[in-house]
Amino acid sequence: MGELLTTLLSSLLALAALLVLLLGLYALMTFLPKKWGERGRIAVFLVPALFATLIGLLIPALRTIYVSVLSDPPKSKFIGLKNFGEIFSGRDTRLTVLTTLTWVAVGTVFTTIVALAIARFADGLRGEKVAKSLIFIPGAISLAGAGIIWRFVYAGPPFKVGLLNQVTKSVPGLPSSAGGSGDRLWLIERGLLGIKPPATAPGFNTFLLIVIFIWAQAGIATVIFSAAIKGVPESLIEAAKVDGATNRQAFYKVTLPYIRATIVTVMTLITIAGLKAYDIVAASTGGNFGTSTIANDFYNITFLQNRDSLGAAFAVVLFILVIPVVVVNRRSQRRAEELMGA
Amino acid sequence: MSIAEPTIVHSAGQAAESMAAEQELAMEPVGRSVSAALSSRWGKVVVYILVFLWTIPTFGVFASSFRKEIDVKTTGWWQVFWKPHLTLSNYTSVLGSKNGGDNLGHFFFNSLRITIPAVLLSVGIAALAAYAFSWMEFKGREWLFVAVISMLVVPLQLALVPLSLLFTGGAHIGSIPIFPNFHLKNSVITIWVAHTCFGMPFCIFLLKNFVSSLPKELIEAARVDGAGHLTVFRKLVLPLSVPALASLGIFQFVFIWNDLLIGKVYGGSKNQPLIAKLVEVSGTRGQSWHLLTAAAFISMVLPLAVFFSLQKYFVRGLLAGAVKG
Repeated sequence: MGELLTTLLSSLLALAALLVLLLGLYALMTFLPKKWGERGRIAVFLVPALFATLIGLLIPALRTIYVSVLSDPPKSKFIGLKNFGEIFSGRDTRLTVLTTLTWVAVGTVFTTIVALAIARFADGLRGEKVAKSLIFIPGAISLAGAGIIWRFVYAGPPFKVGLLNQVTKSVPGLPSSAGGSGDRLWLIERGLLGIKPPATAPGFNTFLLIVIFIWAQAGIATVIFSAAIKGVPESLIEAAKVDGATNRQAFYKVTLPYIRATIVTVMTLITIAGLKAYDIVAASTGGNFGTSTIANDFYNITFLQNRDSLGAAFAVVLFILVIPVVVVNRRSQRRAEELMGA
Repeated sequence: MSIAEPTIVHSAGQAAESMAAEQELAMEPVGRSVSAALSSRWGKVVVYILVFLWTIPTFGVFASSFRKEIDVKTTGWWQVFWKPHLTLSNYTSVLGSKNGGDNLGHFFFNSLRITIPAVLLSVGIAALAAYAFSWMEFKGREWLFVAVISMLVVPLQLALVPLSLLFTGGAHIGSIPIFPNFHLKNSVITIWVAHTCFGMPFCIFLLKNFVSSLPKELIEAARVDGAGHLTVFRKLVLPLSVPALASLGIFQFVFIWNDLLIGKVYGGSKNQPLIAKLVEVSGTRGQSWHLLTAAAFISMVLPLAVFFSLQKYFVRGLLAGAVKG
């Protein structure tokens, strides 16, 4: 406890010092001529944030982009796009890119469907709040923690009581290649039911990792969808019902189009999270057995293999993949605003 | 969408409206047909099944964390219902450093001394900037704001390495130093600054939305009465923004606490946060399943407590960041 108190106190002291510095600078501005004093005050409010953005994001991002066209240190010679060539021609790294795109596609679609289903069917249900809270819990847990929780579900020998193995064991007639004998190594084996994916394609274990991702993201998406669904004017739904629409039709023809912009936003968020998938992979398979993702390769190559330039190229690939997603989102938002007459 | 992956979004107005709408009970439609009743029954079943599936993994690990090593390794956690031999020994052995324990207590404190200052720093600096962008007049204000917000698209990975080089080696053009070398290898200060920098566009975006929607007459009246910017900020803007500050603060707390990458890269073996240590332990003690359960739960207890006790603020922060406005 003493350790905590002293370290916390000294941290807070450091922050207080920063505050005093800013206040002092602000007070000094009264001694400047009026025009410069006002500018100085604006600077005191703005400069810390601008400085953080500049040294923490803009300059480092530019530097990483620059490093990505050099050869790895210590040589660091300009080699053009060779690092990118290595990523897209190597068998393992190509699988990495493909795996990441699989995360995005499968993760985004299924999280959205699950979240919409819960948001729709829980709407007005007795115990709606409790249901949504329970679904949300994984959203408060770290993604790394989620990876560890699910290791207990997917565990195979020597751990005898993995949940999934127990379930598949109790299904009569399930072949042992699908866990029928209760000793499948779910996170390691890539094939399923005799289908062996080639070394260039994501295996079944990758999909099991994506399940963790869906599990972790669905709660947040549900909360957002739920709020959006409740924001649909009752009169619209009533009007559709008067015209003879069933609940189902009202949902698909009125509610869904109405909350379209929210759906696009949520899908954007999940897509970006999927592109950056790292924690779950690191905490479950470590990227082995053909499950690595771009963000996982970025870490391993940069910090374990110390190949800074190739690592930088991975980061740049990530960045390039994020941009179109954001642009599409922006466009769709703007169109929605026009439609709404805003 | 790990909790803080905002995109470039829109005004927060509708989020508040939706929240208000959520308070009202959804009206049961009058005169439901048989098929509607049937479909809603199926809907109910879908919800119950999903809730069950979503809860089971966490509950399993939670139950296991109180079971003895031999039980965890030989029988399924569901046995806990008819053979409840509970123990706290998993927790005591991972928390301390006795008998080769993982000393998670130390890393729990690490996470606290990383998270609390980082939250204060990022929210504080962002609040100042939000005020400047909303209520201070200067040339290029809109342009500058858009520039800062556009940094939201930069993935963490793109900025990670150069920022750490800045702290461990400074920066220089040729031989002229332009940024001092602080020799801050594996220091918590680096982690604070990293979280503050990387989270800045999001924090500013969220707070600016709120601060700029405060009543204009109020701020202007105070200015006309001769109040300086600092006074307006301290006496008016901060107190009125408490809901937004609380939402953002809680949001940042959970996000920073749950972060793995920054902690792992900047922390080093002694100063790394709990989540990074947890992943390390899960690698080195992959077969100590009984200890892993307790370790995982220790890492979750605070975010879960925050979520359950401050759910309202937490969700509001989420909605303000994501719901189309």
